[in-house]
Amino acid sequence: MAVITYREALNQALAEEMARDESVFLMGEEVAEYDGAYKVSKGLLEKFGPKRVVDSPISELGFAGLGVGAAMTGLRPVIEFMTFNFSMLALDQVLNSAAKSLYMTNGQIRCPIVFRGPTGAALQLSAQHSVACETYYVHAPGVKVVVPATPADAKGLLKASIRDNDPVAFMEGELLYNIKGEVPEDDDFIIPLGVADVKQEGDDVTIITHGKMVHVALQAAQKLEKDGIHAEVIDLRTLRPLDVDTILASVKKTNRAIYLEEGWSYVGVGAQIVSIVQEEAFDYLDAPIIRVTQADVPMPYAKNLEQLAKPGVPHVIEAVKRVMYR
Amino acid sequence: MATKTKSKPAGKKGDTLQGVSPETAMMLMKEMLLYRRFEEKAEEAYAIGKIGGFCHLHIGQEAAAAGSIKPLRTDDYVISAYREHTQAIAKGIKPNAIMAELFGRADGCSGGKGGSMHLFDTSVGFMGGHGIVGAQVPLASGMAWTAHYNETDQVVICYMGDAAVNQGAFHEAMNMSAVWNLPAIYVVENNGYGMGTAFSRVSRTEIHEKSSAYGIPVSIINGQDVLETYNTFSDLIAKVRKGAGPQFVDLRTYRFKGHSMSDPVSGTYRSKEEVDGKVEQEDPIRSLKQAMMDAGKLTQDQLDEMDAEARKVAQDAFDFADASPLPDDVMLYTDVYADINPNGRLFFDGRERPGFAR
Repeated sequence: MAVITYREALNQALAEEMARDESVFLMGEEVAEYDGAYKVSKGLLEKFGPKRVVDSPISELGFAGLGVGAAMTGLRPVIEFMTFNFSMLALDQVLNSAAKSLYMTNGQIRCPIVFRGPTGAALQLSAQHSVACETYYVHAPGVKVVVPATPADAKGLLKASIRDNDPVAFMEGELLYNIKGEVPEDDDFIIPLGVADVKQEGDDVTIITHGKMVHVALQAAQKLEKDGIHAEVIDLRTLRPLDVDTILASVKKTNRAIYLEEGWSYVGVGAQIVSIVQEEAFDYLDAPIIRVTQADVPMPYAKNLEQLAKPGVPHVIEAVKRVMYR
Repeated sequence: MATKTKSKPAGKKGDTLQGVSPETAMMLMKEMLLYRRFEEKAEEAYAIGKIGGFCHLHIGQEAAAAGSIKPLRTDDYVISAYREHTQAIAKGIKPNAIMAELFGRADGCSGGKGGSMHLFDTSVGFMGGHGIVGAQVPLASGMAWTAHYNETDQVVICYMGDAAVNQGAFHEAMNMSAVWNLPAIYVVENNGYGMGTAFSRVSRTEIHEKSSAYGIPVSIINGQDVLETYNTFSDLIAKVRKGAGPQFVDLRTYRFKGHSMSDPVSGTYRSKEEVDGKVEQEDPIRSLKQAMMDAGKLTQDQLDEMDAEARKVAQDAFDFADASPLPDDVMLYTDVYADINPNGRLFFDGRERPGFAR
């Protein structure tokens, strides 16, 4: 297995799927001549030409809608949002057109489309470029939501998402693009949607998380080891479909859990996870589940304030100790 | 760059009516009569509670549908907003299936799950039926993108009301269509009012000026004149099919009824005199009748016969819809996703979903 970056893994997935299926095309701001704002699409223009790798105007609502219309008539668009923060402008086409087309046409019109790009905060990008957008997408039936944390997951899940026949919001992270990891070179390396990954095993407490927070959870777990606390880290990998079985199995083993997410707490992803666990594994819990999230404020610019706003390793350690009554 | 389409003088006896063959004119009359009687039947059904929710009638705008859609091929696409019943008939959905959809029944063209605003039949290229003003415009561009991508010669016609031109989606889609030379005709059914707001109150420029920023040619058409509409669209469609790129149409028309069934025909935003005057002078069916009779191509008997047939089709559609069963309860859960992934949970309502197909 080759060691490559998360960015290269995405690039491989795109190149392989475009080579495999002529109906796949990539459209978005700066994806072609500029090689992608984050270089995810580097070299694809040269490989596939301007018909299949298309620079769009800065019109998120417009090109998202164009992609949906193309998907409705048989193509398999991959629409890149430079960041999901900008996709707020396109939500109507995702939630009202893509998500509902199969249902309101009584199964006549499928919408196999992938909306992809980074979600959440990077470093000092301030209030309007730092929102973790998962909740907006995961709320609506009709959409699937994928949130890979490692290069291998990024590749296997992007390939699965492109082959899926439903709209998929595929959420990456600016701070993840340079992360390296082993990635299978197999053209048919697929990670099916709906399968969580236990990134670290442990018996004392379960840290459930997704996306770039997986790395924060793993760092926290390492530190907790020093205190003799063996934390299990579950990376959900996809939020819809959601691997409930893996969550429940872990909670039944550890009897304690926290949810760690980058976004805000109110009606966040963690709220749903807590709801499921208390409904379906109440008797196994030895403590209330605690959520670790961003502070309930728009993201500030100043370095120190940004640091305070983001959920980090100390917050995770503190939450774990609380659910362990230590 | 606006090119006002000049109607040739009607009323002269000859082989054609404004260049339209008598057979085609007869077909257009038959179509428009059907649309009118169908919508009147829907109005009646709504009044007695057979149709629920919103119901937007196209009465008065029949020429806009017949004149523009009839020159299309079956594999061309039509996409519209929510005043689309007659466009759906024009593109080839059976009146029975449309009325059943309005009734929310299993035999409806969207299985009873769409309703008046979401009529679909992909087998005849009718792509909805969309409820968010202007949202269908980028979707149309995407359908045109597919035709362009697959190098077919299909044409997309996208309808919108005049209010849609104030949405960002309209402008973004127009720009992209022009940049990529997409085979789409964007048609504003300009009836002067977005619901109860006169267009002149919400725009300093006219509809026909709206595409000039994108370099898309515009045609201004009298949408109450089905012959002019048919002629101009025949030319536009042929042009677009040959690669001329996107076109914009200011199709001037008038809505004889309220915005939806629950809205008044006149009163708060337009006067009774205005509506009565339009109904009196600009009824597209009456205008065609006059032109055809003046040209000696239509007799009162023929007209009566066609009208009786239209009334029968509308009544049959009502009877068919009324007899059609409600969708099976299990349909609540079908077609939310095309792929039910074998792993993970997709639905979070805690309900049992026994054995549904997809």
